Amino acid sequence: MCGIVGLFLKNKSLEPELGNMMAGMLGTMCERGPDSAGFAIYRGGDAGHVKLTVRANSPKYNFASLAGEVSDAIGTEVGVTHHDTHAVFTVPTAAEAAARERIEAMGDGVKVVSSGSRMEIYKEVGRPDKVAKRFELQTMAGSHGIGHTRMATESAVTTDGAHPFSTGRDQCLVHNGSLSNHNGLRRKLVRKGLKFETENDTEVAAAYLTWRMSEGASLGEALEASLDDLDGFYTFVVGTESGFGVLRDPIACKHAMLAETDDYVAFGTEYRALAGLPGIEKARVWEAEPATVYFWERQ
Amino acid sequence: MPVVDLEATSLRSLNQLLHGPEEGTNETYFRIANPRGRHAVAVGLDAPVTVEIDGNVGYYCAGMNAHATVIVNGSAGVGVAENMMSGRVHVKGDAGASAGASGCGGLLVIDGNASGRCFISARGIEIVVKGSVGHMSAFMAQAGTLVVLGDAGEALGDSIYEARLFVRGGVKSLGADCIEKPVSDQHKCGLSKLLKEAGIGGEVDPAEFRRYGSARKLYHFHMDNLEAY
Repeated sequence: MCGIVGLFLKNKSLEPELGNMMAGMLGTMCERGPDSAGFAIYRGGDAGHVKLTVRANSPKYNFASLAGEVSDAIGTEVGVTHHDTHAVFTVPTAAEAAARERIEAMGDGVKVVSSGSRMEIYKEVGRPDKVAKRFELQTMAGSHGIGHTRMATESAVTTDGAHPFSTGRDQCLVHNGSLSNHNGLRRKLVRKGLKFETENDTEVAAAYLTWRMSEGASLGEALEASLDDLDGFYTFVVGTESGFGVLRDPIACKHAMLAETDDYVAFGTEYRALAGLPGIEKARVWEAEPATVYFWERQ
Repeated sequence: MPVVDLEATSLRSLNQLLHGPEEGTNETYFRIANPRGRHAVAVGLDAPVTVEIDGNVGYYCAGMNAHATVIVNGSAGVGVAENMMSGRVHVKGDAGASAGASGCGGLLVIDGNASGRCFISARGIEIVVKGSVGHMSAFMAQAGTLVVLGDAGEALGDSIYEARLFVRGGVKSLGADCIEKPVSDQHKCGLSKLLKEAGIGGEVDPAEFRRYGSARKLYHFHMDNLEAY
């Protein structure tokens, strides 16, 4: 099972509604993945700064104090916005490495979930509609986002095991399906220097894309290459700074519906997830073709 | 004429209502509003009633249908009319994967396209798709007829048994043990009858179709065929 949703807005006037629309879509997919959920949202951002999404084990964690320590460490004031167990730290791009080092030295479950000029990733264990509410997804504005509801099959139900997985700056991956060669591939990637936090198969797919891109492949090329190197069932949705992409394996057992209007492109594992979107009655709705890379990008 | 609004009535109540009609009843027409992609709408019908659904449905709509006519004024998700025994299912839009899977009888008409694995493991159902069908359609189909007015995707008829496939457009590739076969007058006659039942008799010329079926080489294990299994 597992459910995926994605929404890419073509009409900028809908941007204030992005989170609200996504929350509705994610809520509909609760039955497909009731154990945990997550989403990546793309909003704001400027060239000189990077957003680090940081998570802790408890919503009571003192992020303000951590932000103070990071500010001291890098010698610049760090912006911080708190969302339940997560917080977004805005730091000068040049100071990213130093800020990360300071944050990760905290231990105690404090981790950097993602980095990017526009991307923020939130994920937690629990029913997807409740997870979305905890992070107040319905209030978030943005240009596009992807979300996931998880029914764990490969590894434990933990926050780390929830999707999306970051594949690099401003890039993330969600997955419906299961990979059968992830252990072998993980060993290969470890030898190439990649680090893993979980036993999760999707983390391997994310690391695989990261590795391909570090070797010079574009995201599209990395996805194409995954058709040869990843064995198993999958529908992937990837988020990038400027848009999102979709890929299904050649057998295409894992469902994937797309809808497009003049205002948006939407992805849903099931049509139900799309049924509440404005103008869906007149949208072009179709099932994604197997082994075909789809991409939508902001101009 | 009962109209059931699925925003106000539970799916279970709807299906129980549709399972209710007994022989000789006057209530033979039901209309369903606001399906909004819900699964298992009008499943397991076993009476000669007509059910018209206004909107898109989710998975397994009209599954296990017997005797009833189900009309979807929209598109259908995975497994529409799967395991149909008899009756008629008409999807006015597109159909998701595995349309008519394992069907034993009845007629499924799809006005738009059907996705992958249409007519998979068919056992006697007849399907007419006015658009195209996706990959691995008619996989292991045993009996029945699939008619495609458009094109067929990759690996059509892989490991097929005795089902008949008629495609008017192109076929991306044939699956293992599926070959093109000559179209006899008898085939054209049967095809013409089926097109008429689907409501497009006279509009489409049976002579425009090519026929595909089993080469019957994979029925039994043979060492020389190992690569094809």
